[in-house]
Amino acid sequence: MLSRFARTTLPRNVIRRRLLSTTPSRRSDALFVHRDTPYNNPKVAFEFSADNMKRAKEIISHYPPQYKKAAVIPLLDLGQRQNKGWTSISVMNYVANLLEMPPMRVYEVATFYTMFNREPTGEHFVQVCTTTPCMLRGSTDILNAACEHLGAIKPGQTTKDGKFTVIEVECQGACSNAPMMVVGDDFYEDLTPESTRKVLDSFKKGEKPRPGPQSSRQTSENSAGLTALTSKPYGPGEFCQPDFQ
Amino acid sequence: MRGKFKSLPSDWLTDKLRNENPEKLRKLLQLIVFNNDNDAEVAASGITQAIPLNVKAKLRASRSLATVADPPVRRYGGLKDQDRIFTNAYCRHDHGIKGAMSRGDWHRTKDILLKGDSWIIQQIKDSGLRGRGGAGFPSGLKWSFMNKPGWEKDPRPRYLVINADEGEPGTCKDREILRGDPHKLIEGCLVAGRGMNATAAYIYIRGEFYQEAAHIQQAINEAYASGFLGKDACGTGYSFDVYVHRGAGAYICGEETALIESIEGKQGKPRLKPPFPADVGLFGCPTTVANVETVAVAPTICRRGASWFAGFGRERNQGTKLFCISGHVNNPCVVEEEMSIPLKDLVEKHCGGVIGGWDNLLGIIPGGSSVPVLPKDTCAEVLMDYDSLKDAQSGLGTGAVIVMDKSTDIVKAIARFSHFYKHESCGQCTPCREGTTWMMNMMDRMVEGRGHVREIDMLLELTKQVEGRTICALGDAAAWPIQGLMRHFRPEVERRIAEFRAAVGFGGHLASVADDTLALPDNLGLRLPEVNAPQPQVAQA
Repeated sequence: MLSRFARTTLPRNVIRRRLLSTTPSRRSDALFVHRDTPYNNPKVAFEFSADNMKRAKEIISHYPPQYKKAAVIPLLDLGQRQNKGWTSISVMNYVANLLEMPPMRVYEVATFYTMFNREPTGEHFVQVCTTTPCMLRGSTDILNAACEHLGAIKPGQTTKDGKFTVIEVECQGACSNAPMMVVGDDFYEDLTPESTRKVLDSFKKGEKPRPGPQSSRQTSENSAGLTALTSKPYGPGEFCQPDFQ
Repeated sequence: MRGKFKSLPSDWLTDKLRNENPEKLRKLLQLIVFNNDNDAEVAASGITQAIPLNVKAKLRASRSLATVADPPVRRYGGLKDQDRIFTNAYCRHDHGIKGAMSRGDWHRTKDILLKGDSWIIQQIKDSGLRGRGGAGFPSGLKWSFMNKPGWEKDPRPRYLVINADEGEPGTCKDREILRGDPHKLIEGCLVAGRGMNATAAYIYIRGEFYQEAAHIQQAINEAYASGFLGKDACGTGYSFDVYVHRGAGAYICGEETALIESIEGKQGKPRLKPPFPADVGLFGCPTTVANVETVAVAPTICRRGASWFAGFGRERNQGTKLFCISGHVNNPCVVEEEMSIPLKDLVEKHCGGVIGGWDNLLGIIPGGSSVPVLPKDTCAEVLMDYDSLKDAQSGLGTGAVIVMDKSTDIVKAIARFSHFYKHESCGQCTPCREGTTWMMNMMDRMVEGRGHVREIDMLLELTKQVEGRTICALGDAAAWPIQGLMRHFRPEVERRIAEFRAAVGFGGHLASVADDTLALPDNLGLRLPEVNAPQPQVAQA
């Protein structure tokens, strides 16, 4: 039981001050409460670049003018991309200001959705899926291989050089290509511990390996040869009712 | 009836029966020969009297072949390529507009739109299409809710929302549509949107699908450039816009009202129904949320005819469906097949069979993480459709088949689902928020066997208390896999508990060395006597 304290996300000094008689803190995947730190406080300036501002305007135009706040998730995502892969309090405040909504409403959204990282991440954000379909195909080995290959880090940690962060995630929706991991935005599927190391090595060297299945297949077809869609696809009007031929 | 007669002895037509009970005999023969017990009709034919009794008895013998036999048993499955709707599911061809048009997309869409809303909805109703997102609600009926009498007087905009938040573990079918056949979806939005007289469609894609969102965005841009969308969609004067909205990683946003909340820029917490989205939905306007696959098949159904689509699968389960098979099969894949294909055929034909052969199978989850697991014997019988799987106490869900062979730690596999649901519970309803955590904790102990046999029933009771007591179906979805596990694999769970009790004690001692004379803490109930079923009290004489 006590070993669980080691992986807490609370700062060390908080734990030390906690008396033995008090109950342990409730922990979730990440701390919901914001604490000002030198790298993450409202005074750190953030502003969309000109390109992103253009994109943001385009996104806002998709929604009714009185519902500008509907754009909060896409804009936070945009902000996270510009802010090196994590959503700082300044990003949230900026988006709140831009969409004319109370900052609290933005904080609510940023804490609810798991794709917003509220702590800095490594340059390459490695997410290994470990939900049952992947687990059945050996995702635990993939996770271990990735963690060991990156210098014996634990899931949730960043390498010392700040290049990689590895986390365990829930189903990413590529179950027929299990096991899989996501690096940045790209899916790497049909992994084995060897191909996992190979993919990570390419990233270490600054290359970008080909996303998709790392086995011989292209997408999610039967790897032993197609069992469907073997013939040329039918063309316009073929097999249609007389009205639509 | 026939079975009854088969058991008759060969000399059943005794003189006794013939002489003493002629009325009964006549009735029997009538049933046997004519398969009809309507006296008047048979008597009118005058045949009964005309045929001598011994001939009638002979007729009986040949009857089973001569009369209309049972219709031949139809085997489902074996869909031909020409009947597959998603012809680029494997991304072998161009997903852009040129490739899509060469595969028949956007072919005379204008004519479909000009047929009008009621025609489109009638086609969908006739095709028997049921929602492909899991619940299986008849789509034509659902879409028709948008066109209530007097809807024209409602000044509010009307929305179609496409649920591309594919997050159910095991499910990866919509992904193939989104990246391979994005134009099918965009055209589907237009056709379905016309059917329900929507003004715009939002496609809510889960944030993880970056490449897929890019393909969809490309398809939308191309469709606008070709004049298929916009103010004058396909030159019909109908104005229709399609937007992409990317989510940010929350399984719960696959629930329709949570999805609406999420598009509105809030936390994805489901809303209470009623009011239903068809009355008050996205931005307070009439909205229909539909799965990607449901909408993407609509144009093809309209073009090829409802009867074509209804020709596949069993009654009330018609159509074709994308199945995604994962887990312990030799070649996992996504494939479009006929509905009602036997599960065994699906696995053997398209996935190279279970690893180690069919006999190595332990169980199959036939419809994604939220449906109960099926044991091997049932797997050999069930058909992949809504009704057959429901009869087997499971469900079709999204058509995500998760195969588990004998090497699987089945308790751990289900416990992993409990982790998933604990992680994804939005925290709005107490039974789900607390219940999923409890289920996860208890399942984790069951994996090791660290528990008491009576806790199995406590866990089941817990799942029953969560089920049906929450706003959305996530609570049910968390409860069902555990119920399925206990229904079919309870001996395995009990075995682990017995093993743990035998091997491990408490207070840091092994069971073998624990001193029972001391008052040792027993918060796991390891020293509690086994609770057996109450014995019926025998009344003492």
